[in-house]
Amino acid sequence: MEKPDEGYGEWEELVGAALLGTDRRRGAGPAGSPESLLDAAAVHAVRRRAGLRPATAAARPGPAPRDPRPQPPEAARRRLAQLLAGRAGGSGGSGRGSAPDLTELLPQWLATAGRHGYRAPEALVPALLDAARARTDLRPEALALAGTRGLWLARLNPEWRFALRGGAGGAGELPEVTDTAGVERLWQEGLFAERVALLGAVRAHEPAAAQRLLATTWTTERAEDRLMFLDSLRQGLSDADEPFLEAALDDRSRNVRATAAELLSALTRSALAGRMAGRALACVGPHGVTPPAECDAGMLRDGVVERPPAGRGERAWWLGQLVESAPLSCWRERFGGLDAAQIVALPVAAGEGWAEELHAAWCRAAVRQRDARWSRALLGPPSASPAAGPGTASLAERAKLLETLPDGERAQWVAEFIRAHGLSEAFQLLGVCVVPWAGALGRAVVEALESAREAGSYPWSFSGVMGLAERCLDPAEAGLLEALTASAQDPPDASPGAAAYWSEAFQRLAATLRLRATMLAELTPA
Amino acid sequence: MTEQGVRWTAEQVLALAPDAASRKAGGRLGGAGPWSQIGGSASGSVWGLCKGSGSTPYRTVVDLAGPAYKCSCPSRKFPCKHALGLLLLWSAEGVGEPGEAPDWAAQWLAERTAKAARPAAAAGGPADAEGARRRAERRAARIGAGVTELEQRLSDLLRAGLAGQERAGHAGWEETAARMVDAQAPGLAGRVRELGTIPSCGPGWPARMLEEAALLHLLDRAWLGVEALPDGLAATVRSRVGLPASGEGEAVRDRWLVLAQYDSVSPDGRLTTRRIWLRGLGSGRPAMVLDFGPPGRPPGLALPVGLVLEAEVRFRPGSAGLRGDLGERFAAAAPCTEVPPGVSTGAALEAYGAALREDPWLESWPVVLGPVVPVPGELGWQLADAQGAYALPVPLTGAGSRSRGGLWQLAALSGGGPVTVFGECGHRGFTPLTAWRPDSIEPVPLV
Repeated sequence: MEKPDEGYGEWEELVGAALLGTDRRRGAGPAGSPESLLDAAAVHAVRRRAGLRPATAAARPGPAPRDPRPQPPEAARRRLAQLLAGRAGGSGGSGRGSAPDLTELLPQWLATAGRHGYRAPEALVPALLDAARARTDLRPEALALAGTRGLWLARLNPEWRFALRGGAGGAGELPEVTDTAGVERLWQEGLFAERVALLGAVRAHEPAAAQRLLATTWTTERAEDRLMFLDSLRQGLSDADEPFLEAALDDRSRNVRATAAELLSALTRSALAGRMAGRALACVGPHGVTPPAECDAGMLRDGVVERPPAGRGERAWWLGQLVESAPLSCWRERFGGLDAAQIVALPVAAGEGWAEELHAAWCRAAVRQRDARWSRALLGPPSASPAAGPGTASLAERAKLLETLPDGERAQWVAEFIRAHGLSEAFQLLGVCVVPWAGALGRAVVEALESAREAGSYPWSFSGVMGLAERCLDPAEAGLLEALTASAQDPPDASPGAAAYWSEAFQRLAATLRLRATMLAELTPA
Repeated sequence: MTEQGVRWTAEQVLALAPDAASRKAGGRLGGAGPWSQIGGSASGSVWGLCKGSGSTPYRTVVDLAGPAYKCSCPSRKFPCKHALGLLLLWSAEGVGEPGEAPDWAAQWLAERTAKAARPAAAAGGPADAEGARRRAERRAARIGAGVTELEQRLSDLLRAGLAGQERAGHAGWEETAARMVDAQAPGLAGRVRELGTIPSCGPGWPARMLEEAALLHLLDRAWLGVEALPDGLAATVRSRVGLPASGEGEAVRDRWLVLAQYDSVSPDGRLTTRRIWLRGLGSGRPAMVLDFGPPGRPPGLALPVGLVLEAEVRFRPGSAGLRGDLGERFAAAAPCTEVPPGVSTGAALEAYGAALREDPWLESWPVVLGPVVPVPGELGWQLADAQGAYALPVPLTGAGSRSRGGLWQLAALSGGGPVTVFGECGHRGFTPLTAWRPDSIEPVPLV
């Protein structure tokens, strides 16, 4: 603020005198004794404060673009404020209490609000940007909700710069895909992330146009950029991509070649898949397994990696790569019309020790080609012990196989798995099931938790599944839990106090489900 | 909408917890799990039964207007975890349509209404008047001695010069502050402690220190001549020195809009001060209501921003007529349906200047500013008049400054456009506390 002009000089003199001290300045200046100096300063201070005038305004920021989307209903706005405040650790929902853990509800709130097409309430945009900064998993949805107001703020605050990168949530930053000149310009001049986003948008609109765009600059791109562009083709991969990928098999970069080969092998009708089938069929048949004797130039060009990692035999390594890249459909004829389940069950190669290698390669092929029939065969019946299964005992790989099954079947399979083997091994498998969990799956989880309680263990041994259940159980299933929330007596051989902890844990689960139901209802437009 | 419909945030509820353990326990009871027969009335109360370890559930009822609590549990904590849990549940999920209170709750609520209607018994009788006068004289004498000592200290400071202060540290001032506490002049003690911190707070400190020393000197002189001052100024001087206000000023009945509420903790962490800003919608008069919480306990009075209370405020004499106490309430609180009119930056400073006539020690004055545009800046923020060339700076550090989070919230709300902002306008600038968007009557507290 500007100081009143009148007497300003005098004030400066007073400060000078005060700094120096009246002892050293006796008789000089406007103030002789300390008292008279203080008297004069007091008059000045009050006069200065009473006469303050506004300062000159700095350049005002330009207006934020209008966001035409509606705000969420009032109750939902209040809920979001609460969830964002809880994120900062305010209400302390962690631990073993029966209060719901609000942090984990935020992603769901954001996703649902996004589906309803809301914009964030303005006052919450800063908290939303902070949340997006702290948790990259929340970023796309938080930024989409923050919209143009979020981008406007991000330009003013360096801490939120991240929101301006990558184009995620930067609605309106990309040109229209039909605007040829705009697309061309951004493709030539844009930042890498903008170009990836552009490529995706053009590809979604017209795949051939995306290829043409890519071809214009392909030979001048850096190897790591070529790799990333190629990788972005994974989304919406189709037979139309084959010529481009086939050409990329002769790329200068080994990583680009390998990625092109991998994508081609997922296109089961491609020439590469056919070549791989020929090689694989020569090695594997009803009479046994004969791995390739050498890695020839053709195999190298088709992306086979010659040197095995430490501890693996060369020939087994080559065999695995051939089988995983061959279309699964080629095996039926080779094994005289048998189906996937029968082929997997054959004792072929078991005696020679190749079975494990072969089955693992089939698993990778089933995942890559998204082949539900082979996945089903390789998973085996859910009741069978994972170790005895035909495909793989690794839960991570089984989760990947499960992802190729239709939603309903996947939930059913996991439900039966839980009934047979309990919860301790089910965590990863539950992670690939569709949210909210199907009825049968939800009931299987609740029943398994109930058995765990009856077995007398502590609930925190199951905290992972509990947390997952809080996020994924259908809120309609809250009724199932009511009976379990009552405090029960500890069973005779249970850990001390376990029953009380369990009832608390079930209370929290039920409360979270109810809260989720309320939360989703609040977001429904009035 | 009724008050029962105006839910508080979880933070507002948890701020009522007497200690951390209650906060945690209350949080656990904030889910619907253990609760049954939850309900609320249109006049602003909520109740419910909470299942505990025994066979009979606890009966919990909260009068939101107080807020006041009643619970059948044996806890001596106040409010107990059940009351907190009930409030949390209400804040998160509401309690449905307003209804009739069950007998056990209705009885207590009726007692409260009856008690509120009875006039407060006159505190203290004339019998003790003589004793009170003697005590007041004794205290005045002690303060007088303290003031004289402080004047000596200030003289020494100016005689030796401020230049040495940067190295002197504030231990000497702490000691002087302690002497002022002994002299029963807590107001002086606070100012002395502030004075000691100035040399370490950056460029321009000598001018600030001279200013503060001069205002302290002014207060000393005013105290020594307090008998000759006009009544209002004398009352201001007494309260600035730290004497409790004697007698009551006028009582003003109005519809009071809650403009802001925030807490600050004393430097030693022992006292929480809650400041609540009100504005009479009829009279336009500002009022500041203070409430205090001892260590670890938040103040009991909580008024959500945006509510309007039809009530009487009894103003204390002095201090520019700002300080008031909430008296009788005549109706349940309701949400405000209008945005208070704002003034320009120039008018805001004029209002502060005018208030200094009544209280020269006043740091700031409550002002509704608008329409203004928040201007973020690397070196400092401003609130600029939507039309014209003028702006007020926003203090970013020191007493009265608020968190930057609140400022970004303000910027987000404005999006470069005009907003109405309530805050404290003083010699350091304008501290925003609450804001309204142009197209909304909903006040947004800037946290």
